[in-house]
Amino acid sequence: MELVFYISGAVAVVSTIAVITRLNAVHALLYLVVSLLSVAMVFYSLGAPFVAALEVIIYAGAIMVLFIFVVMLLNLGPQGSPEEREWLRVRTWTGPGLLALVLIVELFYAFVLGGLGGDIPASTGVVESKQVSLALFGPYLLGVELASMVLLAGLVGAYHLGRRDWRREPGRPAATRMNAARLAGTPARPDAWQEGGEPAIPVAGGERPSPTPAEHEETRS
Amino acid sequence: MTTAAVPMSHGLILAGLLFVIGLTGVLVRRDIIFVLASLEVMLNAAGLAFVVAGARWGQPDGQVMFIFILVMAAAEVSVGLALALQLHGRLSTLDIDAASKLRG
Repeated sequence: MELVFYISGAVAVVSTIAVITRLNAVHALLYLVVSLLSVAMVFYSLGAPFVAALEVIIYAGAIMVLFIFVVMLLNLGPQGSPEEREWLRVRTWTGPGLLALVLIVELFYAFVLGGLGGDIPASTGVVESKQVSLALFGPYLLGVELASMVLLAGLVGAYHLGRRDWRREPGRPAATRMNAARLAGTPARPDAWQEGGEPAIPVAGGERPSPTPAEHEETRS
Repeated sequence: MTTAAVPMSHGLILAGLLFVIGLTGVLVRRDIIFVLASLEVMLNAAGLAFVVAGARWGQPDGQVMFIFILVMAAAEVSVGLALALQLHGRLSTLDIDAASKLRG
């Protein structure tokens, strides 16, 4: 089992270096999926089968799929953006690479010489999912509830930020638009204070959200 | 009969190595997709450190912490990718240096 740890660790490091050095976004994301799968193998070799499965299902299976969907949506070409070739010269890498190397050396020094105690009992110390579930429903119950709130915040934020239909007139804040509508005599729509107003549902033949119901019906038919 | 086991320092070194690689990616790349992917690498490495620590003591707390990190990473990725879509929609580029003016 120790061999599994070292081999999976090596695969993880190599594929993670490949993630940050690719030009093509899809290639980088596929290497990232490999990196996450190898870290899942590392978890399994350390006697944590529950988070090994969770890493595959949630990280590699949901989060990476989301990334890949967005990259497909943005239709990044096979070469990536043409500017990136200019940015990724070797001389761009020397500075951060040197600093990262210093950090790594420090890390090795601190961990190996600091005598961080203990070994991970690879074959006898498996922490099963039952223990994890008991911990989640016991001492960590508050954390679970807070995690659900974080997910709610992420959901609302992603929905709001993901709307593509923000037809903002450049340079005019929303309050000015509503007041201008009131002064011009057209009935100010109750949600005109929000940017865009309409959700991204295409209305047949109309490019502006219609201010009166009558016009709305006309456009619909 | 002693079973050979993985020293905890090796597990933490792996976590640190992955973290530093992700950090280099955040510093060097300018495409927002790559910055977000490197952030995911860093979060995964931090989670690996927690799981290593939990496995060393044979307690489930490390795995519980990893679950919380996973939840936070999922929420952060969805918001971050929505922001990337907005960046692409408004500025027609994914260069994070293009969003350089705060407009009222």
